[in-house]
Amino acid sequence: MGLKHSSLSRVRDEDVLGVDPPYDHHEYVGTRLRHPKQPLVLLPHTLSERTAPVYGDLALGELDNDLTRQHADEPLGERISVSGRLLGSDGRPIPGQLVEIWQANAAGRYRHAVDTHPAPLDPNFTGAGRCLTDEKGEYRFVTVKPGAYPWKNHENAWRPAHIHFSVFGRAIPDRLVTQMYFPGDPLFPFDPIFNSVRDEQARERMISSFELDLTQAEWSLGFRFDIVLGGRSATPLEEPHHD
Amino acid sequence: MTDSDLLPVPSQTSGPFLSIGLLRDHVGASVVSEDDPRAIRVRGRLLDGNGDPVPDGLVEIWQANAAGRYAHAEDTRADIPLEDGFRGFGRSGTVDDGWFEFVTVKPGRVPGPDEELQAPHLVVLVFARGLLKQLVTRLYFPDESEANATDPILSELDEAERATLIARAEDGGLRFDIRLQGEGETTFFAV
Repeated sequence: MGLKHSSLSRVRDEDVLGVDPPYDHHEYVGTRLRHPKQPLVLLPHTLSERTAPVYGDLALGELDNDLTRQHADEPLGERISVSGRLLGSDGRPIPGQLVEIWQANAAGRYRHAVDTHPAPLDPNFTGAGRCLTDEKGEYRFVTVKPGAYPWKNHENAWRPAHIHFSVFGRAIPDRLVTQMYFPGDPLFPFDPIFNSVRDEQARERMISSFELDLTQAEWSLGFRFDIVLGGRSATPLEEPHHD
Repeated sequence: MTDSDLLPVPSQTSGPFLSIGLLRDHVGASVVSEDDPRAIRVRGRLLDGNGDPVPDGLVEIWQANAAGRYAHAEDTRADIPLEDGFRGFGRSGTVDDGWFEFVTVKPGRVPGPDEELQAPHLVVLVFARGLLKQLVTRLYFPDESEANATDPILSELDEAERATLIARAEDGGLRFDIRLQGEGETTFFAV
């Protein structure tokens, strides 16, 4: 018993990144004491990894996906919709999965005790939303465009405007927490988090697109953000199985 | 949709404000009810390379039920019962000075890479400011020494690596610290 399997490989993060950023990204100061220094153990995909939480039956509030209608009045800011599809790496839509978002308000301030940026809080904005993808894998949120904000990573550091996304896929390796950015942001070249993704085209896939078709006349600007999962590549480059 | 649209979106850090989106009347607040007679409490601390607590992180667990069945379509072993309401997912912030906590049940054994049974374990995911993608590890149980000794994953690790993955009994529950870096660094997996 237990003698058939081969020894587990140790791999360097560098060799299994796929499109993801490395744990050790020196320009982002927060990584310095938080990235593992030992090699990773390459885990065969057992049933524990080929499964993942399923939330298709979750009872959500009717306004959970509309961040502009969660308080007595409307929040200040540019009203926008953000919608898109959640897809597996095989291109198949992922229906009935939970999509969670959080963001700063239009002034670039989070409703959080740790956020000390001297920009106003908005009493009508919490900045949290969630919804389930429909049978075509589509999700939709209504919110206000978040503001850029300063952080203390380096002198005069500013985060480009972004919305945090958390999604589950069909299996544990699909689990993705990312940030959605807005087209044409002048802060992109200066942001170590955005630029932690080494491939330029992969960085561009974190940027939503403005779409007039999703824009509602006299009401809200429409942005599209499709999320394809499967960016992790736990197949080390030197191991020649599939592709 | 063109082919280039089918390439994956990269990971980014959850940042320091994840509690707004992921811990507000959150999913996975408990895996089972505290009243469940089988309930166990798993506590631990998330620690950085200086041994300091990480107070802005998130720990998630994913597991089979006590009979060893995942609440997921991929687990087709219909002879093992599912339980109503059991999802097998837990989520805890580390806002309390790096402490996280779960109320759950010990999962049953599930098949490993060669279909031999694995020792009971939880899949553990870690998110935090400073982590540009989640870390993946596993928690094994200290009262399963026989199963642990033949587990196809654990038995392939060296003693120091294995020690970081086995929780210890403490105060009637389990204690499982996660060290991101340095002395006693937790063994993390590429999946």
